[in-house]
Amino acid sequence: MTDNAKQDKPFLDQADVRVSHESGALGAIRSFLSRVRSGDLGSLPVVVGVIVIWTVFQTLNPIFLSSNNLVNLLFDMSTVGVIALGVVCVLMLGQIDLSVGSVSGLASAIVGVLWVNQGWPVALAIIVAVGAGALIGCVYSLLYNRFGMPSFVSTLAGLLAFLGMQLYILGNAGSINLPYGSGLVSFGQTLTMPAWFSYSVAVLAGIAMLLSRYRTAARRKEAGLSSQSLISTVLVAAVLTAILLFAAWYLNQARGIPWMFGLFVALVLALNYALTRTKWGRMMFAVGGNKEAARRAGINVAFINLTAFTLCSSLAALGGVLSAARLASASQQAGTGDVNLNAIAAAVIGGTSLFGGRGNAYSALLGIIVIQSIASGLTLLNMSSSLRYMITGAVLAIAVIVDSLARRSRVSHGRE
Amino acid sequence: MTESAEQANASATASADGQAAGGNGRTPVLSLRNVCKNFGAVSALTDIELDVHAGEVVALVGDNGAGKSTLVKVLAGVHQPTSGSISFDGKSVRLADPSAALNLGIATVFQDLALCENLDVVANIYLGQEKDPYHLDEVSMEVRAWTLLNELSARIPDVRDVVASLSGGQRQTVAIARSLLLDPKVIMLDEPTAALGVAQTAEVLNLIERVRDRGLGVIMISHNMEDVRAVADRVVVLRLGRNNGVFTPDASNQELVSAITGATDNSVSRRAERQRAAQPVAEEVQA
Repeated sequence: MTDNAKQDKPFLDQADVRVSHESGALGAIRSFLSRVRSGDLGSLPVVVGVIVIWTVFQTLNPIFLSSNNLVNLLFDMSTVGVIALGVVCVLMLGQIDLSVGSVSGLASAIVGVLWVNQGWPVALAIIVAVGAGALIGCVYSLLYNRFGMPSFVSTLAGLLAFLGMQLYILGNAGSINLPYGSGLVSFGQTLTMPAWFSYSVAVLAGIAMLLSRYRTAARRKEAGLSSQSLISTVLVAAVLTAILLFAAWYLNQARGIPWMFGLFVALVLALNYALTRTKWGRMMFAVGGNKEAARRAGINVAFINLTAFTLCSSLAALGGVLSAARLASASQQAGTGDVNLNAIAAAVIGGTSLFGGRGNAYSALLGIIVIQSIASGLTLLNMSSSLRYMITGAVLAIAVIVDSLARRSRVSHGRE
Repeated sequence: MTESAEQANASATASADGQAAGGNGRTPVLSLRNVCKNFGAVSALTDIELDVHAGEVVALVGDNGAGKSTLVKVLAGVHQPTSGSISFDGKSVRLADPSAALNLGIATVFQDLALCENLDVVANIYLGQEKDPYHLDEVSMEVRAWTLLNELSARIPDVRDVVASLSGGQRQTVAIARSLLLDPKVIMLDEPTAALGVAQTAEVLNLIERVRDRGLGVIMISHNMEDVRAVADRVVVLRLGRNNGVFTPDASNQELVSAITGATDNSVSRRAERQRAAQPVAEEVQA
């Protein structure tokens, strides 16, 4: 009576009287709570995890949440974060790429050799390095599409092969120092956004969100569908702007927001758009969810595999270039050790399922925040890497457990 | 025994042929003549004849291995026939691949539905046919999804729910709605009620009638004679890859079962025999 009296006819998508529909800001909160209770957690566990980790480290060492340390954190996480973004793409298809670390190491070696030893222009060296990554991805997808070679095996072979290639390219010297003061190294170590720029980005982000949501709401209303109320749209945009402005202000107390982090976030936003708003993204989800159904719907599954593997290896190579810039060197150690597993763990901790079909681009960002926070906090506490590995491993295990419990809850609430 | 079975089949075919010829003077929307399909030495289909008219439900029945699924795959463009001709709307056509069949107006709802459980209803209905590839037009896709579902009087709570949260009957509805997206002329349903409960089966059978009332030709494969009888206008029996009679839905269970199995002596016929034997006695008692 109350709802239907206000409008002459019910919305097209709310015509079914058996289903209750929440409205208004309170309703949005209520439906969010009921979603969480039924196991549709989204990014909630990671956000809670970050808060817990930050609180613990802050109480143990008050420097942890200082502007300076957070700026360093942003510099450090951008390199592996870009690699994790590529891992999200292959995980979406239920595939895996175990060689992202080796590919990133190879890319940094290529940049070092071509740029420093051979004297090529830096931009060309980077293009060749990322192109090599793309080529590697093409080979993986060829092995999978043509020969049915599981990505687990092909990329495990790649892990060894490309580590060998990295050592071969670097030769006997084993390490190439990139020149300090050059654009690439400054980008990786010092360059930050000017304060006015970071504030304008924060405000523009809020305005862009407001406009796009308002346009969607107007179109939905025109088409006879229920739409978000103007007040809640403004509220959400205002909260987003306030959070971004505060973050920018706090980081500007120190050196400011690194351009490298800006590049990482831009890549995350681009991938998020591609996954959620384009036909390609829809096909990625479809292939990850049910490959046979996707094939019968006329989707070119082999092509989707090709794009995912290529994107993953290219982003891994780009991450390798960034980490070379961050360390100002291309060495035999680049891309070895925990880079591989950190990148995969970040994607999984952030909420991308290992089984395909579930995930989003933000999981790379959120996951790498968790992993890098642990690394940074333990370093501040003068703890050895042995502890860091153990704690990161435990967090990964907890993340997967939370995911399986949530899935069980989704099943029992009929949401999966 | 074999001889008698063949006789029974021959008489069934003759009577049904006469009925079919009298019932429909129009040209069929889909018509198969002498379609054969061989897989190596195996003849999966031999000289299949099939007509489907607009606004008609044709049930395709047969035992396991009778060639029903092969026939559906031939019509869906998954397999190409070895010989024979297929005509659609009076024109001879070649179904080279699934998209050719789809573009022509032959839609298929596969037995396993082929839905992506991780995607919502709208995304599933539009899978592979999305509007605006670089900026998906979610609003108009959602409106069309609701329109399709409402035309089928479907009961889907929210098209933004993932398919995983829907019941079996609702999933079948989504699969049928998806097949109607491109305005097909013929829709094929492979075992649409096999995995469903009583209420959901009734819902799907209602759905099939509504699709027929929209003027589509429907080919329905089923093992369930009750369902076949409930909605079919004609029942086409396949046996060992050949036509084995065309029946009206009021044909007796015994006739259908013997056409499907090729045997006149089975539990169904024995019971019918017993009933027949008991009937005169009962009449005498009544008298």
